Amino acid sequence: MFNRTAIAPLEYTRKLWMRSWVALTMLFLYAPLVVLMIFSFNDSKRNVMWKGFTLKYYEKALNNDSLVEAMVNSLTIAFLATMISLVIGALAAVMLWRFRFPFKGLVEGTMSLPIIVPEICLGVAFLIFFAKVDWPTDLAWPLNLSAITIAHITFCFPFVAMVVRARLASFNKEEEEAAKDLGATEWQAFRDVLLPHIKPSLVAGALLAFTLSLDDFVITFFTSGPDTITFPVKVYSMVRFSVTPEVNAASTILIILTVALTFIALKYQGVKGIAETH
Amino acid sequence: MTETNQPIIQIRNVSKRFGKVTAVDNISLDIRAGEFFVLLGPSGCGKTTLLRMIAGFEMPTEGQIIIDGQDMSLVPPNKRPVNMVFQSYAVFPHMNVTDNVGYGLRISGISKAETRDRVAEALELVKLGGFEDRMPDQMSGGQRQRVALARSLVMRPKVLLLDEPLSALDAKLRAQMQFELADLQDKVGITFVTVTHDQDEALSMASRVAVINKGEVAQLAPPSDLYEYPANRFVADFVGSVNIFEGTLTLDEPDKAAVDCPGLGKIYLNHGVTGPHGANVWIALRPEKIYLHVAGKGKAVRAAAQDAPDGHNLARGTIKGMSYLGDVTLYDIQLEGGQIIRVSRPNLSRHDQEDFTWDDKVSMHWRADSPVVLLS
Repeated sequence: MFNRTAIAPLEYTRKLWMRSWVALTMLFLYAPLVVLMIFSFNDSKRNVMWKGFTLKYYEKALNNDSLVEAMVNSLTIAFLATMISLVIGALAAVMLWRFRFPFKGLVEGTMSLPIIVPEICLGVAFLIFFAKVDWPTDLAWPLNLSAITIAHITFCFPFVAMVVRARLASFNKEEEEAAKDLGATEWQAFRDVLLPHIKPSLVAGALLAFTLSLDDFVITFFTSGPDTITFPVKVYSMVRFSVTPEVNAASTILIILTVALTFIALKYQGVKGIAETH
Repeated sequence: MTETNQPIIQIRNVSKRFGKVTAVDNISLDIRAGEFFVLLGPSGCGKTTLLRMIAGFEMPTEGQIIIDGQDMSLVPPNKRPVNMVFQSYAVFPHMNVTDNVGYGLRISGISKAETRDRVAEALELVKLGGFEDRMPDQMSGGQRQRVALARSLVMRPKVLLLDEPLSALDAKLRAQMQFELADLQDKVGITFVTVTHDQDEALSMASRVAVINKGEVAQLAPPSDLYEYPANRFVADFVGSVNIFEGTLTLDEPDKAAVDCPGLGKIYLNHGVTGPHGANVWIALRPEKIYLHVAGKGKAVRAAAQDAPDGHNLARGTIKGMSYLGDVTLYDIQLEGGQIIRVSRPNLSRHDQEDFTWDDKVSMHWRADSPVVLLS
């Protein structure tokens, strides 16, 4: 092997110690998840010793009405928050990219504030806000989730806007002009040229918003009432007594759900398309 | 060419200002139906702004643009009878070739059958038959440009606008596309208006060229006139390479004139220039119009005397620089007054470039109709 090139920095595949380092990192990151998933099949009330394989905790989890209700609430909130964040975020991104107007910098800065402000502050702020405006809490499902959904939109849409904005930076404005030159109206040019260009970032943004909303605990904790428990809040209350395999089972379902969703999105859009947005 | 004298585009006292910057400064010109019109100028001269105003992407601050007898002031780009080929080509990356070319027809509600036929015809015209299903990222720059061309031509515009159409192509392809564009224009008979900063492109393709400098038309003429009869120093210098010497007009009669150039000596011309006697003028002399001779053999003197009775068009100097370009060799020659003059000499035989070398003393002469007298 005379033509082997010199080992480049961080070329971990060709250095044993680096490969071990990568393996250790992976272990550190994913071992807890794997353990959680394995012990969801453990035939024991305690998560300490392996006592044999069982599916009974899945059965138990799925028969736990309040847990299922919390799961349905979480998915509903995540879906609504994602859809609305997607529209608001994309529109905000296009506006900031296309137009010049007074106090644009200020608008841009305040828009990303929910990303920066500590969640606990946002949570308290929402608690006070909804109490002050007397937001009705006794509405029928799913309207009783409105407070949580609004709170989630607030911190989800800046992420969508950010991702879409990054994608817009690579847009060739001549393409839009070409469409108009060929007879397209503003709306047709937007639909036929700009929208296809930002589509990968919309998928990526939706994915971000969905997962952010689904696993949010702090803000949700402050905005949820007794009838509007979400999955993370429910798990928290269950864990306060003891970590039963039931919690493991429910968490495993959630993990599989999000992974599957991400996988579908990547499959549909192509990894390349989503990677391009960053 | 199907050229008539009726102007298809009339530009009337058009100015365009961006804040305090004047991009286009009171330009008026007519573009005739069927001609290949080129806007030539250095970057930032306002030529692209003018093109974009014709397309409708910019509105004139002052003045009027009339296309085919219709005032375009209030007409948006999507309603104008012109189409544009963009510098970046702006081919839609998420559509295949057929969809790209058919886009304009599709959104204007042309039937599917007609769209299909016209797309096929346009692709044939730009020699892209067989590429119907390709995506833009599977094509070379030259092929993408053909897609952009076909996409515009399929709309059968009255005028086709091309923004720096060849700037992104490599030298060989550029030369080929120059011919193809001229050929295409001849075939479809549509008026072409092209913007370029490349004088070769302008000279080879255009029927008429407007040289733009600082937002104004420096000269509007057919290519050969631009080169042989430049109107001012800017045009002489921008189009081709040139030696310029300042001088005083000392003799000006209908059939002869003389200019006294401190740097070059007395220049004799076999035609009048109609300038005021004693005026400050400039002499423009193209490098290929100067003949080079070995010094001290009297050849240059005899040759110069043949042209001008008093043998004035003669200079001596020393070769200070040489660059061999294959077809020609360029010499930078220091005159006795210290100024540098550039001479180009065709390599008619294989050994021609060996005739002269650095520090050789040389004589030069030129014909009496070669120098151009410029008043500004």
